[in-house]
Amino acid sequence: MKKTIKYVVYDIIRNRFVIGYTILLLLLSISFFWFESDPNKGLLSLLNIILMVIPLVSVIFSTIHFYNSYEFIELLSAQPMSRRTIYFSQFLGLCFSLGMAFLIGVGLPTLIFDGSMRGLTLVSGGLLITLTFVAIAFLASVITKDKAKAIGVALAVWFYLCILYDGMVLMVLVNMADYPMEKASLLFSALNPMDLARILVLMQLDVSALMGITGAVFQNFFSSTWGVFISFVLLLLWVLTPVFFGYRIFSKKDL
Amino acid sequence: MIKFENINKSFGKLEVLQNISLNLEMGHSVAILGPNGSGKTTLIKSLLGMVIPDSGQILFDGKNIKNEFAYRSEIGYMPQIGNYPPNLKIAQLIDMMKDIRKGKKEGIIIDEEIIELFKLKEMYQKPLGTLSGGTKQKVSAALAFLFDPKVLILDEPTAGLDPLASELLKGKILEEKRKGKLIIITSHIMADLEELSTHVVYMQEGKLKIFKELEDLRIEYGEERLGKIIAIFMKNNFEKTIA
Repeated sequence: MKKTIKYVVYDIIRNRFVIGYTILLLLLSISFFWFESDPNKGLLSLLNIILMVIPLVSVIFSTIHFYNSYEFIELLSAQPMSRRTIYFSQFLGLCFSLGMAFLIGVGLPTLIFDGSMRGLTLVSGGLLITLTFVAIAFLASVITKDKAKAIGVALAVWFYLCILYDGMVLMVLVNMADYPMEKASLLFSALNPMDLARILVLMQLDVSALMGITGAVFQNFFSSTWGVFISFVLLLLWVLTPVFFGYRIFSKKDL
Repeated sequence: MIKFENINKSFGKLEVLQNISLNLEMGHSVAILGPNGSGKTTLIKSLLGMVIPDSGQILFDGKNIKNEFAYRSEIGYMPQIGNYPPNLKIAQLIDMMKDIRKGKKEGIIIDEEIIELFKLKEMYQKPLGTLSGGTKQKVSAALAFLFDPKVLILDEPTAGLDPLASELLKGKILEEKRKGKLIIITSHIMADLEELSTHVVYMQEGKLKIFKELEDLRIEYGEERLGKIIAIFMKNNFEKTIA
């Protein structure tokens, strides 16, 4: 498996798109840290960019990559190699490449300009978001038959998690404003990896006061070691669940 | 060596393989013929474990291939269309394949004759994405023969090759045939198949219509040329369905 991963990574990191993506992230993070005198604000702006750009790029690039390597996957499946090795070497290869792009583009400047706990939270959250969307892209790729459909499904999931979900939660909260919704909103945010990552970072930035009572509940939960631990476990589950189901389908898929 | 037992496969409503049973032995060189969409490639892919049959089983050397992968170390496969990671160089692809196959089979022999014949070494540093269709085909051929496998599966091996390369490849196939390997070829070029094969499988709409030795077919139909034989068979078959 290690050997195959090596070649998958080798192929991806020579891709101009990944190089461009790394440079774009690097420029964005450096400019945010340079132009904002308050590193708190810099991190906050960076967080918003990360939560939009990274899922989108990860999900689209991974889907396209999966379908572009379809013939290569076919070739590998004619070799003495299990489906598991093929699937996970592709997955881990992509995770490694996009993960490195993120660590160089965002991780490095964040740790240099703001080497604190909140920086570290941002970087690890962003990394897990990258992996989540690679995993979702793989699931979208194995349940579809062609590239266009796969990209459609991947984009729909991105749209749902990044835009629609928050709107729906907001609608529920507004309509149910008469009831105590603090616990419920905690649950809602646990069901969306984007919200989890966002709140984790926000809690580190001491802006929870802006969020009213909900903010207080969040502060209580997410600031405790236990809460942080649970959120990271949940984020990890968001990576592992789609990967696992993707593998189950891939191992029985006709290539 | 390879035994298909009542293989059925459908994609949605389309029944691509219907109750196929075949027994292929070492030393056979089997031509798989049939119109487009008759299930030739699906049959090959099911042997490679790329397509999983709905029912029936495939035995390789007496063992069911379901959920197995080690048996594929005895198979060299040349696909119809070879698309490879565009940024890898030819040399890296070949190294990777060697890496993968290493340790999967004892006493592995590396056969680089095709690489020599097609002068691929001169192009070793070219990324695969920049290669023409024909050159990719040559790379596919090189990979299929590289590990001196017992069984060779060639899906339209000469389509897309220039006449010289096509002759070289055919020469290599004949050489492997003489060594007593099992060779499975699909092609639409009858002249090639006549030259290369000992047995003929004819498929139509997912059904196995003919499985005979080429010589027997020649006697039965009183025709020398394979193209003619198939044409007569199709005509008879057509008249039978009309009647």
